[in-house]
Amino acid sequence: MATKINKLLLLILLSVLSIAGFASSDAHTVQEEDLDQESVFNPGEMIMHHIADSHEWHFFSTASFHGTLPLPIIVYSKGKGLSVFSSSNLTHHGVYDGYKIHHEKIFAVDAAGNEDASIKVYDFSITKNVASLIISAILLVLVFTAVAKGYVKNKGKAPSGVQSFFEPIVAYVRDEIAVKMIGPKYERFMPYLLTIFFFIWFNNMLGLMPGGANLTGNIAVTLMLAITTFVITTINGNGYYWKHVLWTPGVPLPLRIIIMPIEIIGMITKPFSLMIRLFANITAGHIIILSFIGLIFLFKSIYIAPLSVGFGLFMTFLELFVALIQAFVFTLLTAMYFGSAVEEHAGTDHDHGH
Amino acid sequence: MLNSIFLVDGLALAGAGIGAGVAALAAGLGIGRIGSSAVESIARQPSESGKIQTAMLIAAALIEGVALFGVVVCLLIALA
Repeated sequence: MATKINKLLLLILLSVLSIAGFASSDAHTVQEEDLDQESVFNPGEMIMHHIADSHEWHFFSTASFHGTLPLPIIVYSKGKGLSVFSSSNLTHHGVYDGYKIHHEKIFAVDAAGNEDASIKVYDFSITKNVASLIISAILLVLVFTAVAKGYVKNKGKAPSGVQSFFEPIVAYVRDEIAVKMIGPKYERFMPYLLTIFFFIWFNNMLGLMPGGANLTGNIAVTLMLAITTFVITTINGNGYYWKHVLWTPGVPLPLRIIIMPIEIIGMITKPFSLMIRLFANITAGHIIILSFIGLIFLFKSIYIAPLSVGFGLFMTFLELFVALIQAFVFTLLTAMYFGSAVEEHAGTDHDHGH
Repeated sequence: MLNSIFLVDGLALAGAGIGAGVAALAAGLGIGRIGSSAVESIARQPSESGKIQTAMLIAAALIEGVALFGVVVCLLIALA
């Protein structure tokens, strides 16, 4: 059904979108140079600014206009209590309600405007990443309630609409990941596996869009995903799991005592590697693309642009692929850990000494 | 980061750069070996290519995870 006009429109749309992704980064660096009149372009700072969390959501800047969405700042300190205000009050080194911000860190100031190090400030703000998390959560809920409604509406009929797009993916997660790795008890873990698969995939993709926030490249987010996996694995560990970890059967006794601390550390390092793998893959991808764009400004020459945009385009396609792969690998390894936790006594490699 | 003038800072940055390069080299070697054995297996048994591709992707992602451990450490050295 894809007519020639449709194909042409799709091609134009994709080309425009890929250009727009770089335009936002370019426009932002122009603003950086406006602030410091004749200073050298600092690529490290530009990259860190795009990757790190921020108390305002910066979309683009022109020479005179900053397209920024100020996000609410919610701070608590013992003397002043809870303060909620817009981050636009703190721009350009402003002081508001006794607080000041420097490099995305909020600290309390005394009457003279100097930092008061004795007041501990607890920052609960809605930062860019938190706002992106809320948006992606709403998006996931919308998409999957639409899919679920499709199943009610098409009861007994062929799937249609968004349901037909997600059904093979959900079936793939169930058949190739859950059933193969966990075995007969897979149904208990399916909600969590599907959630992390689509959560990581959607957030990776949203981070690649122009104006997107780098959510899965935030190590705190991946830490929570890894901690949740660890908690579920540990809670669901049955007798055989703990026996294999603490007192591995089938090996001589001195080796068992050596293996025990190694296995206990292994219980921690497995989710740790999940956390680092996702964080590093996504952040490294963003850094590479930003570096290519930064090259243009480093050389201060437009002739670098074809090279930069070409490599940047290739890296962006690779990053789209990596977005899916990282979601898949995270889900697969999580399923493997669940499988090892609920595995029944089916192996014949245990010794007969006990 | 670009303004350090002390030798120790410079050596640390150089170490970070070399470390990241070695990590990339190791990842390239490892994933190259996986890729080559996967392609050979597909050549032997084209009907199993789906399973082999899946196994190749999983192994590649795991190795890349380890290489990125190294990259993250080098980033920490360079930026902190």
